[in-house]
Amino acid sequence: MARRITLKNLRLEYLIFRERAILSAILVAGTFILLLVRLYDLQITNFSHYQTLSDDNRVRVLPIAPTRGLILDRNGEILADNTPNYQLVITPLQVEDMSQLIRTLSIFITIQDHELERFYKTVKRQQAFQQAPLKLKLTEQEVAKLAVNQHRFPGVEITAHSTRYYPQKNTFAHALGYVGRINEKELSQLDNQNYQGTSHVGKLGIEKRYEKELHGTVGHKHVEINAQGRALRVLKTQPSIPGVDIQLSLVARLQEVAQDALEDENGAVVAIDPNNGDVLTFVSRPNYDPNAFVNGIGQVAYAALRDNKHRPLYNRALIGQYPPGSTVKPIVALAGLEYNLTWPEKTMYAGPFFQLPGKERKYRDWKKEGHGIVDMYSAISQSCDVYFYKLGDELGIDRMHEFLTQFNLGARTQLDTVGEVKGLMPSREWKRAARGEPWYPGETIITSIGQGYMLTTPLQLAVMTGYIANHGKMFKPRFVRAMRNVDTFKFETTPVVEMTPVKVKRENYWRAIEQAMVDVVHAPNGTARRIGADVTYKIAGKTGTAQVYGIAQDEEYDEENTPKHLRDHALFIAYAPVEDPQIAIAVVVENGGSGSSSAAPVARKILDAYLLNEQPIETIVKADSHQQEGKQFVSR
Amino acid sequence: MSVAKSSLYEHPLRVIYHFLKIDTALFMALVILSMSGLVVLYSASGGDLGAIQRQLIRLAIGFTGLLVFAQVSSDQLKSWSLALYIAGVALLVIVLISGDTGKGAQRWLNLGFVRFQPSELMKIWLPMMMAWYYAKRPLPPSLKDIFVGFAILAVPTALIIKQPDLGTSILVALAGLFVIFLAGIRYRVIAVFIGLLLASAPVFWFYLRDYQRGRILTLLDPERDPLGAGYHIIQSKIAIGSGGIYGRGWLNGTQSQLDFIPERSTDFIFSVMSEEFGFFGTSLLIMVYLFIIVRGLVISARAQTCYARLLGGAISLSFFSYVFVNIGMVSGLLPVVGVPLPLISYGGTSMVTLLTMFGILMSIHSHRKLLGH
Repeated sequence: MARRITLKNLRLEYLIFRERAILSAILVAGTFILLLVRLYDLQITNFSHYQTLSDDNRVRVLPIAPTRGLILDRNGEILADNTPNYQLVITPLQVEDMSQLIRTLSIFITIQDHELERFYKTVKRQQAFQQAPLKLKLTEQEVAKLAVNQHRFPGVEITAHSTRYYPQKNTFAHALGYVGRINEKELSQLDNQNYQGTSHVGKLGIEKRYEKELHGTVGHKHVEINAQGRALRVLKTQPSIPGVDIQLSLVARLQEVAQDALEDENGAVVAIDPNNGDVLTFVSRPNYDPNAFVNGIGQVAYAALRDNKHRPLYNRALIGQYPPGSTVKPIVALAGLEYNLTWPEKTMYAGPFFQLPGKERKYRDWKKEGHGIVDMYSAISQSCDVYFYKLGDELGIDRMHEFLTQFNLGARTQLDTVGEVKGLMPSREWKRAARGEPWYPGETIITSIGQGYMLTTPLQLAVMTGYIANHGKMFKPRFVRAMRNVDTFKFETTPVVEMTPVKVKRENYWRAIEQAMVDVVHAPNGTARRIGADVTYKIAGKTGTAQVYGIAQDEEYDEENTPKHLRDHALFIAYAPVEDPQIAIAVVVENGGSGSSSAAPVARKILDAYLLNEQPIETIVKADSHQQEGKQFVSR
Repeated sequence: MSVAKSSLYEHPLRVIYHFLKIDTALFMALVILSMSGLVVLYSASGGDLGAIQRQLIRLAIGFTGLLVFAQVSSDQLKSWSLALYIAGVALLVIVLISGDTGKGAQRWLNLGFVRFQPSELMKIWLPMMMAWYYAKRPLPPSLKDIFVGFAILAVPTALIIKQPDLGTSILVALAGLFVIFLAGIRYRVIAVFIGLLLASAPVFWFYLRDYQRGRILTLLDPERDPLGAGYHIIQSKIAIGSGGIYGRGWLNGTQSQLDFIPERSTDFIFSVMSEEFGFFGTSLLIMVYLFIIVRGLVISARAQTCYARLLGGAISLSFFSYVFVNIGMVSGLLPVVGVPLPLISYGGTSMVTLLTMFGILMSIHSHRKLLGH
């Protein structure tokens, strides 16, 4: 059996093999045809599809961030500049051991915890081949150290950027605002196309208001890259269009004078050219260095600013709302003239207090013994409260509201910035809506001396002053007076916008209150006579004091014994020269006591600096203030 | 005797070929193939002359091996078959016990002076063993012989799977299966086996490792993981497709030169060639491969001994399987299994084994004539 099985039929075996070999050859050929069909499908049928994919692979379109427009002061001094900045970025895909890499890197540079935290957050959010910044600002030594050792750190790159820099630091903080890194919320609102290469956006102030102009238009660079994402050569470039340079109406020199004049006080100074609305000075103290915000302020530093009891982040000039105090007296008097309730020379006896007929409550004058016989001029120049209590009572709140509203009180001035507040010009309607209460006559009395519900910002006070300076005419305040034309590269001034004018029956009325305001500074018993003593030009001004906390009926305000933070705010408004007003100014010194002692000297320094074009004389104020010491300013 | 006489009247080159015991056509095809491989390699390696030099040395060793084996008669090989098979299985066992680990698998055996993969040797030693077995039996093989054949190929295949090296184990198993097929296994038996295989596929799936399953899933849908496992296939297809009819030109393939193709001088060298030489180049290459395989089958069919026929046919079809698996892989028809493109890819082991295998074919070709007279 077994032997028979092992018998081999050689001929049959040969034939079987031949058949199988032929069949194999056919199968091989068939399989190769299958491969060829596959290759035909890839290389010929779908050629253009794969060619596109291939080009997409190797060509990366990289955005070129436009250079942000510069911000200049009126004289061309740079307020917001762009400086080169080196960043350390890491491509996670190319890093084998991230924690090891960071340990090694920290031998060369200091990496802070918050930087590390932000880095890991970015890495998590992005894809592994995208670069994530580890350090946003490298010093030149760090750049040098890293450049020498770069070969030791695959995936680590140093990239050059342009960063916003504010050379004037604190001085322009509240006017310019600042730029900061784009956050998630802003990302959803911005034009993603145009912001592809941009990391920063205006967060506040002029930087935010003029974001569109300052930013410019993104450009693109077609770069050939390899699989590791390293750029090998540039194929095509479409340059970016830089942002528009902006020229402000602010004067750097005045800004510094105002900044210095306020010294360590908290307060604000706003000065406007009444002929066109140019904002010449815009200072809020204390302030902060906006450069700290550009590359992300650390938690600790931010908390220190936020929790500082003097609130340096608070823009007092724009959103600080203060009772205007006696600074509204000139326009209340104007209302009296307009409504034929009085005339400038009409005299009255002003005692120590005023009482509404049949009411117990005494409305006291700041001068304990009263002013005696006063007319409108002396009532304004000596800031007699009783005169205005009586006039206010005669005007009534409705007429007062109607007239004062014309000076833009209780409404935004529409200065070209962001976040402006309205202040408050109270009325019966307002009180009913806001408080659900009727208007009481006593409230009219205190409104006439700028107390009670009335609230104004320093900016609004400056605009009001401008109205008085121009005898009823005013221009919308503006920060930006010119922008550089992208094509001609020349600055083109932006048009001035006139505000709704204040109309009174007679031009004489304006002259009367103007004379009274001149007396405030230049008359021997004017409340701001200290600053008028040696002035070579004519100033019209008005002092004011805003009460911080109420004093009981029979109590007396004693500045000396009141803690600083509860002392009255000092206010002063002024314009000069009276014959041809060039500047209208409003000064608020928080807890500064009276307007005459602390606010007026600040205004004088700025007026001098602007009108005389020289540094103000320090001694004027110091010498005079000594003489005034001990004098009480109970109220107003 | 008469061979030597008649050669006197022939072309001098033919005399040399005759003397060297090689088949001219097959030899020329191999030379053309490996030379064009060098051209592609120059581009794929990014103009690395060092790589070209190393590859040339391997080619020299390989062709020397070819010439050496061309002198060995298939009868001699036949007598070594059983011993080599047993030695091969033993080496595979040793690898599993104390082999060197590379890329997560135990494949390498370190002999101190040389480090090699016993599984590569099995690609030739297994068909030798199977040819030896079937040469002694009447053909077509009985069912019993078929099962013995399966047992012979199952042992090394299982050992290689265990390493784990799925790609090589499939190629080794295929070499054995080719022998069974060429031995004349009946078609209905084949049909039954294929049916059984399909039925057991789900069970087989269960035993696959995660990364092996991943590769199969990725093949079915490369977009499943475009940055991970699917990346290789996607980039390779882009390279092949963007080649078009005539290609982007030598050294000009962006996918290749910019590093988008992984393993571009070894497993994915076909993608580089496709991108730079287009459909024109790839069809030409496939034609050369087809010629070599068909020539191998013809030589085998003309052999007089059953052993030589079966071994020669298995070698030819194994060569085909390497070509098909590689091109199928890079063009996205088959899963990624890490098989080099024969005689083109950069690398030593496969180059030398392949050329040695062709040496055996040469020997089958030339010794036939001697036997014939």
